[in-house]
Amino acid sequence: MSTGVRPKSPTERLLAGNAWLVFTFFYAPIIVLIIFSFNANNNVGIWTEPSFRWYGDMFRNDDVLAAIRISVTVAAISTVVSTILGTTTALALERFRFRGQRTYDGLVYLPIIIPDVTMAVMMLLFFAQSFRMLDGLFGWSPSFGIGTISLSHIAFNISFVAVVVRARLGQLDPALEEAAADLYANRWQAFRRVTLPLIAPGVAGGALLALTLSLDDVVVTSFVAGPGSTTLPVYVFGLVRRGVTPLINAVSTVMLVASMLLVLISLAFQRGSTSKVSLTDSGVDPESA
Amino acid sequence: MATDVRTVEVATPEFEIAAERAAARRGLLIALPSWLYLTLFFAVPLVIVFVYSFATRSSTGRTRLEDWNLESYRRLFDPLVGEIALRSLTLAFLTTLICLVVSYPFAYYIATRRPAIRNVLLVMVMIPFWSNFLVRTYAWRVLLGTDGPLSQLSQALGGDPIRVLFTNTAVLIGLVYGYLPFMVLPLYAALERMDWSLVEAARDLYADGLTAFRKVTWPLSRPGVIAGSILVFIPALGAYVTPQILGGARTTLLGDYIVSQFLAARNQPFGSALSFGVMAVMLAATIVYFRSGAKNL
Repeated sequence: MSTGVRPKSPTERLLAGNAWLVFTFFYAPIIVLIIFSFNANNNVGIWTEPSFRWYGDMFRNDDVLAAIRISVTVAAISTVVSTILGTTTALALERFRFRGQRTYDGLVYLPIIIPDVTMAVMMLLFFAQSFRMLDGLFGWSPSFGIGTISLSHIAFNISFVAVVVRARLGQLDPALEEAAADLYANRWQAFRRVTLPLIAPGVAGGALLALTLSLDDVVVTSFVAGPGSTTLPVYVFGLVRRGVTPLINAVSTVMLVASMLLVLISLAFQRGSTSKVSLTDSGVDPESA
Repeated sequence: MATDVRTVEVATPEFEIAAERAAARRGLLIALPSWLYLTLFFAVPLVIVFVYSFATRSSTGRTRLEDWNLESYRRLFDPLVGEIALRSLTLAFLTTLICLVVSYPFAYYIATRRPAIRNVLLVMVMIPFWSNFLVRTYAWRVLLGTDGPLSQLSQALGGDPIRVLFTNTAVLIGLVYGYLPFMVLPLYAALERMDWSLVEAARDLYADGLTAFRKVTWPLSRPGVIAGSILVFIPALGAYVTPQILGGARTTLLGDYIVSQFLAARNQPFGSALSFGVMAVMLAATIVYFRSGAKNL
């Protein structure tokens, strides 16, 4: 591609104009939100003077702090479990042929296609029904909370991790694993020393996606959360429905900054790991070599 | 010698079959944990919703798992449901169309930059993509408020205050904003992978810019168009958060309507039937779209 050398045509100018409009559209709302979170005024729309007052309020608010704790706990549990299960799913689908594989394949893809609202309804009815059964059978009645939220998040995250890892596995040359086997590596060694390092960027990408989806989810969580145990987005969603307040602006800004930090960390991490891959092997990724 | 050859001939297929069986067993073993998990925490819940859709709602709003009937499915054809479904479909279709029209030139622009610039622009797309969806939607509530920044700007310029909040227009803006990255990224991936020498070949054969685009670029980018459209249409059709934050009380959409059957109206069988109806439409849309795309690939 040597598009930069040619003189700018009208089409090129239109394309550039459109791109700047889209970037403005992407960033203007976020920037306005961040600016107004530093507004001292009680009224969200009217700017008076800069202040950290709402951030102070936020960190003194016990509900917000409890919600943050639950969000982080659920995100950690569901990311770890779904990354492991999603990676094994991808390996099974991409590297093996077995009976019932097509059913399994469908089962893995369905949670991606299914709408949030349906997933939420499913989990609510499932937990209500199984808690009733457990109570009837063993006299044990668990309650909605961190457990139900984590189980639901894992259920939708496995599929997303599997898709991301599978894409990476699909790009790998199976000959690499065969070469390891020829060099007397047993299956575990071949996986541990060859396959896993090569798919690591995919696994990291899948884990990041799972983490983000878990921290993002409102609909499913609001159905399976218990009284007094909700995640931060569900708590904020409840506040937003009652109206706009400067406190929500501050909480929102913290959530935005947290997700941006995650992206930057993952980008740095991914850059590091891809260069490692191309060092150990030059045949996998011809673009980076 | 002769016997050696024969034993080798006989032994190899048997050995291969045994190895294949062992591999299949290993595959099944690796698949087993997630298979069990998804069966218990996804397939079983799906079946429960299906069973509930045939149950009866008692006068107190409780669900009685007896007197199985098709009443909930019959209600799907009520004019009220039709109206809500039509509104949701229209909104999801418009969202997809606007996203496609805006994203295509945008993705094309990024894909045709020098690699260094391309990577920077891509990161600038990724940041809103990974940012919290609820927060991004809420930002529009602040922006579009009657005494919000946009309204003040409009008044300062001598115009009227902006009154779009709590209308379908606000929901449409929110949906386009929320799902735009889902369209940009697959389009970019398709255009970036494309062999641009094919476009040059078309130009060498005296195709003008438009013809080259129509005959070469567009068909080659179709997989991206299809993937992006599905990724936008499906969540837009079932949207719940965006209409709750930006929509009004008089603009019920399928997502809110389903939720209200479980939280407010307490009609779980009807809510379950609605969920299945929406899912059927989505699966049908996905299949039709894939079929129509596959033919022209």
